[in-house]
Amino acid sequence: MSLRRFQCAPHLAILPMALVAIVAYLGAALWTLRISLTGSRTFPSGRFIGLAQYQRLFDNERWMLSLHNLALYGVLFIGACLLIGFLLAVFIDQRVRGEGLFRTIFLYPYAMSFVATGLVWQWLLTPGDGIDGAVRALGFPGVRFDWIVQQDMVMYTIVIATVWQASGLVMALMLAGLRGVDPDIWKAARLDGIPAWRVYTRIVLPMLWPTVATVLLLLSTAVVKLYDAVVAMTQGGPGTASEVPTKFIMDHLFLRSNVGLASAGAVVLLVPVLALLAPYAYARSRKEAA
Amino acid sequence: MTPPIAQPVIESMMEQPPPLPLRLPPPARARQRSRRRRLTPARIGIYAFLLMAAAFFLLPLYVMIVTSFKPMDEIRQGGILALPHAFTLAPWRQAWSGVCTGAACEGIRGGFWNSVWITLPSTILPILIGAVNGYALSFWRPRGARLLFGILLAGAFVPVQVMIYPLVRVMALAGIFGSLPAIVLVHLVFAMPVMTLLFRNYYAGLPDELFQAARIDGGGFWRIFLQVMLPMSLPIIVVAAIMQVTGVWNDYILGLVFAGRDNLPMTVELNNVINTTTGTRQYNVNMAATILTALLPLALYFLSGRWFVRGIAAGAVKG
Repeated sequence: MSLRRFQCAPHLAILPMALVAIVAYLGAALWTLRISLTGSRTFPSGRFIGLAQYQRLFDNERWMLSLHNLALYGVLFIGACLLIGFLLAVFIDQRVRGEGLFRTIFLYPYAMSFVATGLVWQWLLTPGDGIDGAVRALGFPGVRFDWIVQQDMVMYTIVIATVWQASGLVMALMLAGLRGVDPDIWKAARLDGIPAWRVYTRIVLPMLWPTVATVLLLLSTAVVKLYDAVVAMTQGGPGTASEVPTKFIMDHLFLRSNVGLASAGAVVLLVPVLALLAPYAYARSRKEAA
Repeated sequence: MTPPIAQPVIESMMEQPPPLPLRLPPPARARQRSRRRRLTPARIGIYAFLLMAAAFFLLPLYVMIVTSFKPMDEIRQGGILALPHAFTLAPWRQAWSGVCTGAACEGIRGGFWNSVWITLPSTILPILIGAVNGYALSFWRPRGARLLFGILLAGAFVPVQVMIYPLVRVMALAGIFGSLPAIVLVHLVFAMPVMTLLFRNYYAGLPDELFQAARIDGGGFWRIFLQVMLPMSLPIIVVAAIMQVTGVWNDYILGLVFAGRDNLPMTVELNNVINTTTGTRQYNVNMAATILTALLPLALYFLSGRWFVRGIAAGAVKG
């Protein structure tokens, strides 16, 4: 490694990275943490009030509703994406004709922005003129599909739209995982006369654990970050029925001039993210120690 | 991160992944018994499932397209799924150059050009800096770089709301808040983890002897980068460019906060068109505007195919 003795150029070259990591990520996150401990309203103030903002946050009905919505959304979104993505991958893996075409069709929504996704589904789900009316016109006069304006159903419409957008990604990742499975396993299973679906659920799926872990991490991060799609599709409505934490934070930062409360919310959002990353960091440090 | 797309993200971030194949191998089962392909009930079931799924996935695209070519009275008569009777291009003209995006009513063409001017520097800069970072991390390993990279990667999973307010204050202090430089800088910040990761993994796959030979020939940091590494980086630059163009074009929240009134990207203007206008909703104009906004990333996806897929998993970290 004598060729890698201390040199100036490499250190200068990573200066932008150092600035971004230390100032824009670490520094900004710590600053947000600090603001969350103050009584800041429109502008940050230095007046420390301890954990009072967190107290207020968890007394805030809108925030509690947004957490509840996020939990409901997260379970349904991740579950549906995993199920649909895995099924699509398995069915595509059956030596079908037009495999490339199917893959292209299932993945194209992922190229669309959350805003466009939200707006298209908003139109599709518009009561009367949307699918709702089309189904009635087809001869089912009793059918109502107006979830998007129902307070207790609106979160499901956001699940539908975002699952449509993201499950193709899961399909692509799972398919790549399936293609990495040793062909001998299929040979052995066939000799033993095990039906294909059991091979998939009992042997292949457990082997795909690393893929599933990746997908879980990606999807759960997407859940915590959910914002654009809600803004575009329902603006958090009807009323506050589809409020999510990210939107709560943005509204309190820029519309309601309550920077302290918003920062407390942002810090709370860090918790699930760190909880998700911790197992990975742990696995890595174990690996390095070994 | 492909065939090893399968590897856990973080692990593939930290280890040297095998080079990415552009083609997926054929199904494992196909290699076993590729000749038997009779149309059994099971196979009919497989195709039925896939065709139904395809119909579900295509439905929004179809509805978007047919709606955008219908006059409003035809839409009000119902039949969201019906093909247009009186085919019209007026909604497209209206969406491009007439619809109200807030105060002005000049269509979303302004937003289109804003997005172009945001996307160009926000693609080129992050790629350049990501390439330098990846190169330094892979071959020079400057002190502390691993830790910095770790912070970046962890940051990629954090919602922007955690960082956004301090960034706004810093930009305001620097006097650039609400301007083109501000939005480009913010895109650079939030693109850096993924761009660095892409290039680091790519360079980690190159043989170390290449670097050693260049060092023995007396090449310095920048010379090796410019003359040896960069010319070999074309495939990963293409992947990075596709990811970054798509990501920046599709961004909403950063443009909304940082770009300022005069530079609002197309996504923000589109949302204004549809969600902040009063009066009757012009679904046909709305859908034409939505298609116009989604057109560039969709075209990129359909044209670049496997290249898009190749970057997608690493890009998904950004979400």
